[in-house]
Amino acid sequence: MAHFDPNARPFSHQWLNERLAIDTLKRVLSTEYWIPKNINFLWAMGMVLAATFGVLLISGIFLLMYYIPDTKLAFDSVNHTIMGEVGYGWLWRHMHGVAASVVFLIIYIHMFTGIYYGSYKRGRELIWLSGMLLFVTFSAEAFSGYMLPWGQMSYWAGMVITNLFSLGSLDFQGLVEWIRGDYVPGQAFLGRFFMLHVVLLPLVIMALIVLHFGTLRIPHVNNQDGEEIDFEAEAAKWKAGKRKESKVIPFNPVFMSKDVFVLGIYFIFYFYLVFYHFEFAMDPVNFDPADPLKTPPHIYPEWYFLWSYEILRPFPKDPGLIAFGFAQVIFFFLPFLDRSPNVAPANRRGIFKYWFWILLVDMIVLTVMGKVPPIGIYTTIGTVAAWVFILLWVALPFITKMEKPIRGQK
Amino acid sequence: MSDRRDFFGKALGAFAGLGALGALYAAKRTWDPLPSVKAAGFTTIDLSQAKENVLYTEMWRGKPIFVIKVPKDAVPSDAPNGRKENAYDDKRLITVGGDKFFIAIGLCTHLGCIPAYYSDQHKFICACHGGQFNAAGEVLKAPPPSPLVIPPFKVEGKKVVLGESSPEYEKMKKAGLVA
Repeated sequence: MAHFDPNARPFSHQWLNERLAIDTLKRVLSTEYWIPKNINFLWAMGMVLAATFGVLLISGIFLLMYYIPDTKLAFDSVNHTIMGEVGYGWLWRHMHGVAASVVFLIIYIHMFTGIYYGSYKRGRELIWLSGMLLFVTFSAEAFSGYMLPWGQMSYWAGMVITNLFSLGSLDFQGLVEWIRGDYVPGQAFLGRFFMLHVVLLPLVIMALIVLHFGTLRIPHVNNQDGEEIDFEAEAAKWKAGKRKESKVIPFNPVFMSKDVFVLGIYFIFYFYLVFYHFEFAMDPVNFDPADPLKTPPHIYPEWYFLWSYEILRPFPKDPGLIAFGFAQVIFFFLPFLDRSPNVAPANRRGIFKYWFWILLVDMIVLTVMGKVPPIGIYTTIGTVAAWVFILLWVALPFITKMEKPIRGQK
Repeated sequence: MSDRRDFFGKALGAFAGLGALGALYAAKRTWDPLPSVKAAGFTTIDLSQAKENVLYTEMWRGKPIFVIKVPKDAVPSDAPNGRKENAYDDKRLITVGGDKFFIAIGLCTHLGCIPAYYSDQHKFICACHGGQFNAAGEVLKAPPPSPLVIPPFKVEGKKVVLGESSPEYEKMKKAGLVA
């Protein structure tokens, strides 16, 4: 039975401990949550992402106070009121826009770190899956946010992306009109994407972040050698004072102190972009108000969607949609398509090493080709790169099946 | 005891399930296009002043509508796939007051961009993904999978009403010519 000391001073340590078990919470979530020593700065990307999400949330709250989700007023509320009249409104907008772009750079680094070190296997499958759900939700959040300034790119990206839901020759025009609430993107469309962007999707993201952290707690983070660490034994060494011998450190304060250092470097880079190079996150075409009767000469998404857009583009309509759908979901299956028992850096895993680097380079090529107009040699390169992407994933189970077990791993 | 608890559990589940279905239906209906949006669906275009081979863009249900009075020599020069059909003979053209008109929704059937009309070449080129159409809206170059869509129409003298069907439109639809 719970014991409450009648003499405990309100809000004292003992008083809180009896009611909230703060010592236990602190121990389980921070001082005795063990992190391997054998890691590098790439292990700080999770915290960088959490911090960037915080920046997006806070800057978003300030933008929300002046933004008006009305097709006639939205453009001016952003480009006139927030940018010109509201004190430091420009700062929130540039912070929000730059963070929305940079967050995807970090997500991709975070994902490719996981792929390189095999951090999606041997008990860590749910970390990968919850992370992929976060990636998808972040993508939806980015897209819905891109609609809000109601510029030319907002409107036409909205038109093109919602048209995808007609599912090619299935011609589900009714579904497209239902998603839009109109025959074309209009007030109903802007209103519902505003709701998604500022309420529903952020709530889902926050819930998924909790799930993502939860899936990490028991398997712990991976390390640079994919070594299977006996966390209890190593933690006992640390607690016994043998800190040099122990292979682990506590999350807080030891790991966090280094994490915060990486965060510091990251925020220097981030604020450099916010103050001096915000324009890369602000497409010039979107500074024209939405015009339903004038398509911009080139419609392209933000850089972080270009690779999947380029997989859609070189094919005829239906195969293109199938390839696009494939690209959207295939990363989810990574833990199950990789048939090798080895948890090790890619460079020690035979053919997988080449698979990893070809995938990385291929996605960069797709990204570049997605940006240039679909003409001449670009179409050819794009088509080849799209096929390489598909074939890599088809080949993955076979090359990992052939992989020899690395010494000491079952 | 456990029988009673099972029964209550099932009853609760059934009522909650019904409630959830009802809520889902309400949510679906909330996202439907509003009646006012659906009602504002008719546009009348006067074609008596139209000039040959000039693209007129009208608006119907928020979508651009292309109108061209097609000239007799509407052959696309250098069609990329070698097709050189004369658009003037195309069955997709609509006869209004003795003249042949091309009337279609001006959205590329690939992903909904608006193609531009090059009157000297008698063809449309979509800047988004490179699709091309002749002056009757037939596809000359992929990715668009089908011709530009002809909306429901009704010819009234020198005018055309969009959004309202007519025997001519139904005949074209039956022949698979509208899309």
